[in-house]
Amino acid sequence: MTSDKAAPLLELRAVSKQFGEQPGRIERVAESLGWHTPARPVQALDAVNLAIAAGEVVGLVGESGCGKSTLGRIAVGLAAASAGERRWRGIAIDRLPPAERRHHQLGIQMIFQDPYASLNPRMRVRELIAEAPRVHGLVGRGAEADFVAARLQQVGLDPALAERFPHQFSGGQRARIGIARALAVNPAFLVCDEAVAALDVSIQAQVLNLFSHLREQLGLTYLFISHDLGVVRHLSDRVVIMYLGRVVESAPVDELFAHPNHPYTQALLAEAPTLKVERKRFLAIRGELPSPLDPPRGCHFHPRCPHAIARCRVEMPLLREIAPHHQSACHLNAG
Amino acid sequence: MSAPADDRLPLGVGPFARLVAAFADSRLALAGLALLLTIALAAAFAPWLAPQNPYDLMQLDILDSRLAPGSPSGDGRLTYHLGTDAQGRDMLSAILYGLRISVVVGVSATVLALLLGMALGLVAGYFGGRFDTLLMRIVDIQLAFPSILTAMILLALFGQGIDKIVIALVASQWAYYARTTRSTAMVEGRKEYIEAARLLGLSTARIVFRHLLPNCLPPLIVVAALQVAAAIALEATLSFLGLGLPVTEPSLGLLIANGFQYLYSGRYWISVFPGVALLLTILAINLVADQLRDVLNPRLQKQ
Ligand SMILES: Nc1ncnc2c1ncn2[C@@H]1O[C@H](COP(=O)(O)OP(=O)(O)OP(=O)(O)O)[C@@H](O)[C@H]1O
Ligand code: SF4
Ligand SMILES: [Mg+2]
Repeated sequence: MTSDKAAPLLELRAVSKQFGEQPGRIERVAESLGWHTPARPVQALDAVNLAIAAGEVVGLVGESGCGKSTLGRIAVGLAAASAGERRWRGIAIDRLPPAERRHHQLGIQMIFQDPYASLNPRMRVRELIAEAPRVHGLVGRGAEADFVAARLQQVGLDPALAERFPHQFSGGQRARIGIARALAVNPAFLVCDEAVAALDVSIQAQVLNLFSHLREQLGLTYLFISHDLGVVRHLSDRVVIMYLGRVVESAPVDELFAHPNHPYTQALLAEAPTLKVERKRFLAIRGELPSPLDPPRGCHFHPRCPHAIARCRVEMPLLREIAPHHQSACHLNAG
Repeated sequence: MSAPADDRLPLGVGPFARLVAAFADSRLALAGLALLLTIALAAAFAPWLAPQNPYDLMQLDILDSRLAPGSPSGDGRLTYHLGTDAQGRDMLSAILYGLRISVVVGVSATVLALLLGMALGLVAGYFGGRFDTLLMRIVDIQLAFPSILTAMILLALFGQGIDKIVIALVASQWAYYARTTRSTAMVEGRKEYIEAARLLGLSTARIVFRHLLPNCLPPLIVVAALQVAAAIALEATLSFLGLGLPVTEPSLGLLIANGFQYLYSGRYWISVFPGVALLLTILAINLVADQLRDVLNPRLQKQ
């Protein structure tokens, strides 16, 4: 199968995700006896479109529970979408035969949030890094030591540490090992889900610098998920803002910070720390974050929006181009 | 939550080496381990250590029956340090041979039950689904029966013999391993290192055996260590009741039963010494297993 050069590197088309299945027969009997409260489906993603061009760094921002991780897991292929399609270099990768899918899938890797849980505690660093490339025939047995040393150097670690186990490293060092492990299979695309959130602030900046350095060096493409606008601004070409399972705004990073269009984005920016990397929740936005179990009708943001009009309560605003490369989903733009 | 790099540890000190160091912290556990090793060696080398072969009737002298501990044999060739039984059998020899059988039965039953339960539990915990639901119902039912009842029913069906009792013990104990493995596999299987392995395109077999299994072992080792003691005790109970091993292969339980009738006539040694051997074996195993549990407990373990 040939890949389409003009196509985005990774594209999600109308991807939705529901959690919580319809209850089965046993559950229904149990419910009728009053044992079980039905699990209501959570609409974690609602027809999200996202196209990421080769070489682009897209920052994905939103409050806790808005579906960022769900989107990231679907993008890397760890979770299946309930509806919609994932395309890799223009190919519907999830419909490929398993062997072919696996081949393409190696190009998409993830950098995890937890530097502890993401490294197998019983493997030496050498094995953590070399296992997959060895299995896939990317590196010969004899070349393994050099390969591991090169990968460790690439992420700023001393190659002499290859024989150690994960518990002998600090959080920042572990994050680097996780990056080296992902890079070992030569990916083109990395999804980083809160990849620095667990690290000390001083370490965060170092790891972020490593990400930008690797991007320049290897021509990588990132989907960088964070609830921290400061972190995202530092690294991204484009920022995508999510609210309760929907994309509400997407714009080049400078444009978004200079001319935020969506009232939610404006509220985020009013709250966000300037360039200082400081963890902050967007608490000062008026009102509670509604539950994804029971999202408001119309525009999800209307209960908290200072500009809400009657239409907002009934009709869902669509994502529309309001300036070149700048999209926003708000009825105010309809004029 | 990031910890400083631990540079005090020499290069490449693995999880195993750390465990050994932590285990050695308790003197009681070390004493238990020493006792256990002694018992294991005595069992392994029984034919070379025992003064006589207690099962070779030619070597027994009926005139030497029921002699008190320390008595010389009629022909003066050996001293019965632990006395003799009704057939004139040297108790020390009988105990060494009985220990051998008890340990072989206990260990092989444990290993087989562990392998069976672990395989089923791994599949159930990692893949979930219908197999998991079904397996857990069977485990629940199995564990609702007392092990001794399960074993007795099976032995009543199969008859006697070492292989039969091993099967009966496996059948009554595999469920513990299945349940433990399953719950650990469920927790470990959701961790990010397993997801990373999936993304790296590793095969399911490799993920389950090289990534998941090693991280599920610690609680299993604890359960297995405790279950060896339980298996030995269960086998002794069954043999004591005359259900376990045939008279030709007396384990400790059968020795205790054989001497039972003489307890009231003051010939305590025929029953009591095998009983002490059984008790020491179980005690040693439990001491070791308890320390293993403390050492392997993830909540007590520092990250
Ligand atoms: N496995 C799951 N089962 C059921 N519900 C889930 C599951 N994973 C996520 N959800 C729900 O889906 C919604 C989106 O979750 P998600 O983890 O994607 O949010 P997030 O934006 O990453 O949040 P955070 O910033 O806290 O990481 C939440 O309401 C969450 O409770
Ligand atoms: S659509 Fe209406 S409620 Fe939603 S952000 Fe725009 S103005 Fe606010
Ligand atoms: Mg998340």
